[in-house]
Amino acid sequence: MEDKDFDVHPPHLYPAYKSTILRSPTKPLMLVKEFLEDVSLPVFGESVIGKLDNDLTKNARKNGQPIGERIKVSGIVTDEYRRPMPNTLIEIWQANAAGRYIHKEEIHDAPLDPNFLGGGRMLTDRAGRYTFYTVKPGAYPWGNHFNAWRPNHIHFSVMGHQFEQRLVTQMYFPGDPLFDFDPIFQSVPKHARELLIAKFKMEWTEPEFALAYEFNIVLNGKSKTPFE
Amino acid sequence: MEKLRQTPSQTVGPFFAYSLTAEQYGYDYNSIVKGSLLGDKTKGEQISITGSIYDGNGDAISDAMIELWQADELGKYRIAPIQSRNNDFLGFGRLGTGAKPDHGFRFTTVKPGLVNGQAPHINVILFMRGSLRHLYSRLYFSDENNAKDPLLLSMDATRRQTLISQRMEVNKNIEYQFNIHMQGKKETVFFNL
Repeated sequence: MEDKDFDVHPPHLYPAYKSTILRSPTKPLMLVKEFLEDVSLPVFGESVIGKLDNDLTKNARKNGQPIGERIKVSGIVTDEYRRPMPNTLIEIWQANAAGRYIHKEEIHDAPLDPNFLGGGRMLTDRAGRYTFYTVKPGAYPWGNHFNAWRPNHIHFSVMGHQFEQRLVTQMYFPGDPLFDFDPIFQSVPKHARELLIAKFKMEWTEPEFALAYEFNIVLNGKSKTPFE
Repeated sequence: MEKLRQTPSQTVGPFFAYSLTAEQYGYDYNSIVKGSLLGDKTKGEQISITGSIYDGNGDAISDAMIELWQADELGKYRIAPIQSRNNDFLGFGRLGTGAKPDHGFRFTTVKPGLVNGQAPHINVILFMRGSLRHLYSRLYFSDENNAKDPLLLSMDATRRQTLISQRMEVNKNIEYQFNIHMQGKKETVFFNL
């Protein structure tokens, strides 16, 4: 692979995604690797994770099950050198099956689900693996341009072990017809877009219960010995 | 061994709060990281870190999220895992800017000590709708000796001021104001790691 193939991240300024225009730095970022390479990120203990935190189909029930297609998402978190990263905090959030976020500022006229929040969290296990259950999020319209729709996606926040390993990203679903029209997805270099798309895993499905997807996460650089 | 490609970054978007900063915004979900970096038994003089984040038009941004990560009074970063209850200093905090009408943030912490000969400082990570990649920065203190800090010295002198929070005394509380400017004359220095 050529060096440029390792450049997977979107630019700060991507005018097709209009909000970047007034919110991206105009001056070059300062290279400060030597001052920050020894800075860690905080580690979290099991006690911060609630019993239902990794099951969005259960963690906000009021009077029944949330509506939607039940799915399971699993994967492994590693550094660039394929080393599994145990004890890594993953936080997720998403729209409900109708494409509606519970956020108070959301104005899309699709129904809220009284039994679905759309937020969750988990720690990776000793092998760097995670799993959560949810319902497949719906697509939703947004105001970026006329008739703009976001592909189905789940937001991920990942707390690596070192400062440079912080990551916030979005997981998409295979074959989404909106990929070609979404500037947020398109902001990623073409060759790297596949890295944001989960793989359907027939062998991981739970018969009569849930379809399964695999989404592996690779964090920047080389992780030091993980905290045990 | 062949390296793996990193997972590309994507924006935090406008709707992170019910998962990442739920308690601050009043959602029915608990938060594991909040605006206080203190443990239940943290000693030392408490300070507040306050400010807003401004876009290229000078408008305060209402859907950003800011994380702070700092050493304790002795200059040590927390190593022990953060639990649901903590006596010792956490050093880590997170707030969104959409919970109050002025779109500001207010953290509670103690001033960090010197770290490896660097002036006392707090690491800053910034996320928002319209940021396809999060941004790293740093906060210094106006009443500390910053003249020999190697990171500050390595940057253009005219831009150092953007990283220095201003000490204020408000109702006997010590407050450091740290406004972040995404663009313009006062554009904050951001780092590439």
